[in-house]
Amino acid sequence: MRVSPTKLIAQLGNPVVTDALVVSLKTTLAAQALILAIGTPTAFVLASHRFRGRSLVVTLVELPLVLPPAVAGIGLLAAFGRTGLLHSSIAFTQTAVVLAVAFVASPLYVRAAIAAFEGVDAKLIAASRTLGAGPYRTFFRVVLPLARGGLLAGAALAFARGLGEFGATIMFAGSLRGVTQTLPLAVYSQFDVNFDVALAVSALLVLISAALLVTLKWLPSAPTSRFRFATSS
Amino acid sequence: MASLRADFTLPLRDFELTLALDVARTVALVGPSGAGKTSVLRAIAGLAQPSRGRIELGGETWLDVERGIDLRPEDRRVGFVFQEYALFPHLSVRANVAYGGRARVDELLERFQIEHLADELPSKLSGGERQRVALARALARDPAILLLDEPLSALDAHTKSQVRSELRELLQSLDLPTLLVTHDYEDAASLADEVGVIVEGRLRQLAAPAELVARPQDAFVASFTGANLLHGTARRAGDDLTEVRLPGGEQLFSTDTGEGEVGVIVYPWEISVARSHTVDSALNVVRGEIGSVVEVGNRVRVRIGPVTAEITASSSERLELEVGGVAYATFKATGTKLVPLG
Repeated sequence: MRVSPTKLIAQLGNPVVTDALVVSLKTTLAAQALILAIGTPTAFVLASHRFRGRSLVVTLVELPLVLPPAVAGIGLLAAFGRTGLLHSSIAFTQTAVVLAVAFVASPLYVRAAIAAFEGVDAKLIAASRTLGAGPYRTFFRVVLPLARGGLLAGAALAFARGLGEFGATIMFAGSLRGVTQTLPLAVYSQFDVNFDVALAVSALLVLISAALLVTLKWLPSAPTSRFRFATSS
Repeated sequence: MASLRADFTLPLRDFELTLALDVARTVALVGPSGAGKTSVLRAIAGLAQPSRGRIELGGETWLDVERGIDLRPEDRRVGFVFQEYALFPHLSVRANVAYGGRARVDELLERFQIEHLADELPSKLSGGERQRVALARALARDPAILLLDEPLSALDAHTKSQVRSELRELLQSLDLPTLLVTHDYEDAASLADEVGVIVEGRLRQLAAPAELVARPQDAFVASFTGANLLHGTARRAGDDLTEVRLPGGEQLFSTDTGEGEVGVIVYPWEISVARSHTVDSALNVVRGEIGSVVEVGNRVRVRIGPVTAEITASSSERLELEVGGVAYATFKATGTKLVPLG
């Protein structure tokens, strides 16, 4: 299986690959938006409040992390499938891909976000309130900037995990080229059709993942701890 | 100038904090750590929820548990200077001050002599500079009361005395009711018009600093103001004299009256130190080993047996006091007070 890099790059022009790339980008970005929009307030509430049933909620949030992706896919089908609990028709559509990716990748973000929010010194939040800022202004001007490093790191991890999502997607959304066939699904479908394409897509995924990890290292993920140190003398 | 009236109960982990207090000028609460001092400030600022009581400033009611009034922290006009200052680490000095209110930022930066630091992050500042930024930020909010939590504890001994006198001048010029808490009686006495001693959530005594020293209500207040405290059993020894027998068998005499288990209070500056037993008018003599000789400014604190005496540096040199030697501490019966133990 010796393939020259030029030949690999040429394989990326294959319509199967470009279709999958478009599907992957669209669905992963949509899932990412969903994760940030729902995960951020959830994480903040879990980090700043102690209430009955909190550990149950945390367990539910973290469950997808340990669930086999195929089981997650079956679960999503049971909930959102045509004969499922909600009688919806989103299974095997692009929305299904977004849901599957968001479901599987969200714990990585939420866990990091809870830790980042918990790292913000409660005294700074109290100081903001006594200085006349309400809860929202305090959140956007104090909490969010100080938790930023941890939030970005969590978001990058969730994005990488979402991009590689396979099991839940194939169960819940199928592998329809141009609609639900993401890059990892394209690897699988091309495996015994055109191995070089599968190899090229795999190489592309390795590159993207590595690039994400490198970006992560460059992110200022330490500021919460450095900043907190700065407030005490 | 509107004054603060607070009367509330706040359940804490180990005890209940119950306090009734009027703050018109500068009041300091002193007490050991864990006495609930910071919780007093938090309750007034709206950061902790009392189970009972009222907090009013001028005509405004900030808290009235019975009537269901509990203003949020952002709606109470407090200037809270937190212990270690709680400056926003991601904002410049200017942005920190402006966070409290934009109207007077330049005036405050100038007043606190921190204009040259306006663009610095708090991590670049010294302890004294941080305190000035914290004060400027609290005042930018245009508060009706100033709350200071251990304003001097984050400073090293060297800068502390200078910052303390600056802070005293500031508080005098501000004309704002101020409530500060500290574990250091000397800081409290030098900054405040009235000092309250608080222990386990209860205010033991609230009085002018001189009054606390002159007439401490109990043994704890006395020892907190720096007095020597000796436990003993009191018995009338004459018309105007009480005899107190210490556990070691020594006898002390006091012109104060008391009966049974009492604390004998004597301030370090009432005690004379000698190397040999001399007969003079002082009725009380304590012989003991010199435990320590510590210079405090132009004075020297000498520990002799169970008591601490404060004498001038020159007397200390003349007496050639050394740790391990024997010395006599003498004080007059009129220099002592008897207080209930507690």
